[in-house]
Amino acid sequence: MRRVLWMIFALCFVMSGMLFTVSCAKKTISSDTSLTQSEEDRLAAERARQEELARQRALEEQRLLEERQRAAALQGQGAMTERERFVNEDVHFDFDSSVLSAEAQQILLDKAQWLRRNSDASVTIEGHCDERGTNEYNLALGDRRANSVRAYLTDLGISASRMDTVSYGEERPLDSGHDEAAWARNRRAHFEIR
Amino acid sequence: MKRVVENSNALNCIRLVFACLLFLALACPVSGKSPDVYININNPFLKKIPIAVPVFKGVSGNDSELAKCAEAADMLSRTLDFTSYFKLLDRGSFLFDPRKDDIVGAGINFQNWTTVGAELLITGGLLVQGDAVEAELRLFDSFKGQMLVGKKYKGPTADLLKIMRRFAGEVIYSITGERGIFDTQIAFVSTQTGPKEIFVCDFDGYDPKPVTRSGSISLSPAWSSDGQWLAFTSYARGKPELQIRQLKEKRGAVVAKEGVNISPAWFPGQFALAATLSFSGDSEIYLLTGNGNIIRRLTHNPGIDVSPSFSPDGKQMAFVSNRSGNPHIYIQELASGQVRRLTFQGRYNTQPAWSPKGDRIAYCGSDDGQFNIHVIGVKAADSVQLTRNAGNNESPSWSPDGNLIAFSSTRQGPSRIYVMNAYGTDQRMLLNLSGEQTSPRWSPPLFNQEKPLDF
Repeated sequence: MRRVLWMIFALCFVMSGMLFTVSCAKKTISSDTSLTQSEEDRLAAERARQEELARQRALEEQRLLEERQRAAALQGQGAMTERERFVNEDVHFDFDSSVLSAEAQQILLDKAQWLRRNSDASVTIEGHCDERGTNEYNLALGDRRANSVRAYLTDLGISASRMDTVSYGEERPLDSGHDEAAWARNRRAHFEIR
Repeated sequence: MKRVVENSNALNCIRLVFACLLFLALACPVSGKSPDVYININNPFLKKIPIAVPVFKGVSGNDSELAKCAEAADMLSRTLDFTSYFKLLDRGSFLFDPRKDDIVGAGINFQNWTTVGAELLITGGLLVQGDAVEAELRLFDSFKGQMLVGKKYKGPTADLLKIMRRFAGEVIYSITGERGIFDTQIAFVSTQTGPKEIFVCDFDGYDPKPVTRSGSISLSPAWSSDGQWLAFTSYARGKPELQIRQLKEKRGAVVAKEGVNISPAWFPGQFALAATLSFSGDSEIYLLTGNGNIIRRLTHNPGIDVSPSFSPDGKQMAFVSNRSGNPHIYIQELASGQVRRLTFQGRYNTQPAWSPKGDRIAYCGSDDGQFNIHVIGVKAADSVQLTRNAGNNESPSWSPDGNLIAFSSTRQGPSRIYVMNAYGTDQRMLLNLSGEQTSPRWSPPLFNQEKPLDF
């Protein structure tokens, strides 16, 4: 009797164990595949997004670095006078936009200060575009860029009569390249002292 | 949208068309005035007409005349080929040399020509005497054995090309009932001599010449509808001003208001043009007299309004506006001022060019960063992309007969002027100058032809 009971007990244990294993294994396999698939997609998308972000960050850093280097080089020669900084520092825009970014507004605050200190100076504000799109549309866009810069400075108390504008559209690129870095440099408002 | 007939079907198609033509010819007697319809002008490029242009016959037979005979036949072949209507048959396949025989008609054995597949035959005779040339040219329907047109021209030998183009115009008229493009020119912007200047060349790219020599930036040439005036943007005085110039008499006007004075387009049939001016602080399209005085403001919208193009009847104007956030093509009824948006595909649609027949608008559009030429119906708004995978393609301009479109493309690196037919096929480079060529604008017919003598 004890032996029989023992056998039943053992049998139950083994069978439930088997059942458990089988069902477990099944579950693991099926859920694993679907998980792996969607997970891989997600990871790939995330990786692509991160790479794109990193690429953009790198481009932006490169641009800032170049700008700092240019500024430093000029300062190193003792040539970067206030006046030259005023002329050399451009205001940049997004594609097909004449909206002033926070960075652009900061630069214009500096420019306003210089214009206040040099009250006899008159300037020409040039509006420029990148090469994409059509010449006529870009001439109108460059005009809007120059005008939005002039309007901002007028709001800061600079007399509009001291500021002339001219649009060059895509006709006078600063950078002759055909990539995002070149286009970003070319979408600009540039100051010339008359 | 019909597709070009495949080669295997071409022969059947030709037979069918010919059966129809033959039937038509028998059914309705031909009057001298109204020409036969050899070409379906709704899609003339569906089937190219095989044509034979054998070397012309020298009348006096001297050596310099023989050279001119070959040269003139080649000029005529090239000119006809440019239209995309014809398949020029290889002279090597001809069974017969018409120089040895009659070119007038009665003595021509047309079977010699139908056998090699020529539906049309052109014969010519030249008499060269010193610097003068006399040309007799005839177009035959080789299946009917009938002369369709015959002309006689006299002129200086230097005008041989002009004579051949004039006869090509007669050929086109006799088979399409339309006047063709052989007396048109194309204005464009070129950096061949340094900064951007306005140039003009013949319709086929021949004889490019600078119009401006300002040494500054010149842009966006636009022909008046009589072909006598050219308006364009010029930086000659430092700012983007509008110059309106009489081409022959070297006179004109300048629109030099504050801001931009750009993107001119002439009003059909009138000494008036539209242009974008921004003196109000915002770029708007105005209607101006040919002397540059404002007639009235056409657009009323904060934002960019640019690149006007009028419908041929002058009742509507297509233009570009960014009022929806991105540049798109809009159409304005001029009488009511009512505006509707035409393009909804893509993110950047500019440079509308209203077709001479009035039913379609070509434009430059971009969705993926590449710029391509599209054509869209004015009413149906069914957009068809005509260029793809070939650099950036911009500035479409219709030939005045509506059969061809000139445009600029960077498909081979630097921007060059190209031509295609209105259905996007037969794309080829118009001219190859150094520097970059952009912004082609096709002239109207320039009517500088004297009447040739009819036979």
